[in-house]
Amino acid sequence: MKRLLCPANGYRNISEFTYGGEYRLEPVNSSERDWADFVYFDDNAAGIVFEWWYHTATSYWFVAQRNTVSDEIIRTYTVAEFESIERDR
Amino acid sequence: MPFDLIKNGLRSASARKPHFSSARDLKKHYDVVIIGAGGHGAAIAYYLAKYHGITDVAVLDKAYLGGGNTARNTAVIRSNYLTEEGIKFYRDSLSLFANLSNEFSYNVMFEQRGQLTLAHSDAAIRNFRWRAEMNSHFGVRSRLLDRAEIRELVPSLSMNESARFPIVGGLWHADGATARHDAVVWGYMRGACERGVELHQLTEVQGIDISDGAVQSVQTNRGRVGCKIAVQAVAGCSSLLAQMAGIRLPIKTFPLQAMVTQPYKPLLVPLVSSPHLHVYVQQTSRGEFVIGGGSDDYPLYNTRSTLEQKESLADGTLELFPFLAQAKILRQWAGITDMTPDYSPIMGPSPIKNYYLDAGWGTWGFKATPICGQTMAQLIATGVTPDLIRPFDLERFYRFQALDETGATAASH
Repeated sequence: MKRLLCPANGYRNISEFTYGGEYRLEPVNSSERDWADFVYFDDNAAGIVFEWWYHTATSYWFVAQRNTVSDEIIRTYTVAEFESIERDR
Repeated sequence: MPFDLIKNGLRSASARKPHFSSARDLKKHYDVVIIGAGGHGAAIAYYLAKYHGITDVAVLDKAYLGGGNTARNTAVIRSNYLTEEGIKFYRDSLSLFANLSNEFSYNVMFEQRGQLTLAHSDAAIRNFRWRAEMNSHFGVRSRLLDRAEIRELVPSLSMNESARFPIVGGLWHADGATARHDAVVWGYMRGACERGVELHQLTEVQGIDISDGAVQSVQTNRGRVGCKIAVQAVAGCSSLLAQMAGIRLPIKTFPLQAMVTQPYKPLLVPLVSSPHLHVYVQQTSRGEFVIGGGSDDYPLYNTRSTLEQKESLADGTLELFPFLAQAKILRQWAGITDMTPDYSPIMGPSPIKNYYLDAGWGTWGFKATPICGQTMAQLIATGVTPDLIRPFDLERFYRFQALDETGATAASH
């Protein structure tokens, strides 16, 4: 089974995790249209993406960098780690 | 058709003609360019030519006719959905399916064997009662069955009360059917080609040219093709193609894995589905058991197979049909499903003028082939969205009017 490196629990089988959607920031002071975009719409890219993942057994949220074509998990980040990288970008 | 068989059977040389237009140069311009030569693309082309006299049409495909998800689905045809909009839409599709073989003079092997969905909990029974009422109201045959009726209907099904999830009842959909998916797309494409439509295989769309907010042409690996109207019907890469036109869609793309056993003598007539066990099983007319399930747990553009998904399919199947324990798996594969938030498709206009969407077909695309083709053709020809598909437009997500069919989708997440 494919394994995923959880920043809190180390390598675990991917069946222990729940996919949580594309990484994106909540809209601020936004219209209903922006909210619909945020809630329903996706980039759904074929390639390298950043996503929310959740370790179900320990209720732990983190960010994973994944290739949606080759089915490879490239890296995982704690939320704090990822947000500091995002800020510097 | 049977007379042709006798006539040609007695001849030494085959009198068969090619069904589809053979390879030729792309023209510089077409009235309508249909992107994707699957069942939907072929059906749109067919109805455009048949009912609207629009034959200056090119159907483009990056690979070959019917080689994508048209070939990968498990050929379930049913209309026992939950919303008024969904029930009416799939009901009309089923009635078109029933007449396809006659219409094409081409056997699509439509078999109305009925479809049985199993309940393993009181919550499922409540959902089935609701669906049965909604279905009956709109003229779709659905009714609740108790255990004794299920035993009578499907003697090969295990009704073991000490099973992990015993069967407590079922939703019987007498209209449920199956058909040969390849024959459906071949029949549509042959009918379209006979009326002058051009099929261009190995022609990949790589860009979409837009000016003044309207589609002007598509760029392909064989050059630029101008068009008055373009429509995308590319299940499995809807988001990627739409992105070329600058359109973002409410779709997440997942693989769905299926498999087929060795053939057995005929012993299972209806199509049997268990949403709770995430599995559905039917026996094909050549005896193989087709086993399908829910989509994978996370999005992916890859038809790879995983052992855990195959184990899960086998696990659910053996709970229903324990005699299959010794069956050999002959083939396994995956299709690519474009899942929408409400498990309903997206049909209609897009933010780009003259660019139409036929997308978001998740796990419910094959059964909609005829009606989607007919209504999309009407939209393209008249510019007016037919009432039947108006609720399925992309804008519904901005109106917060989702058409929630998650509870009526055979094996959902």
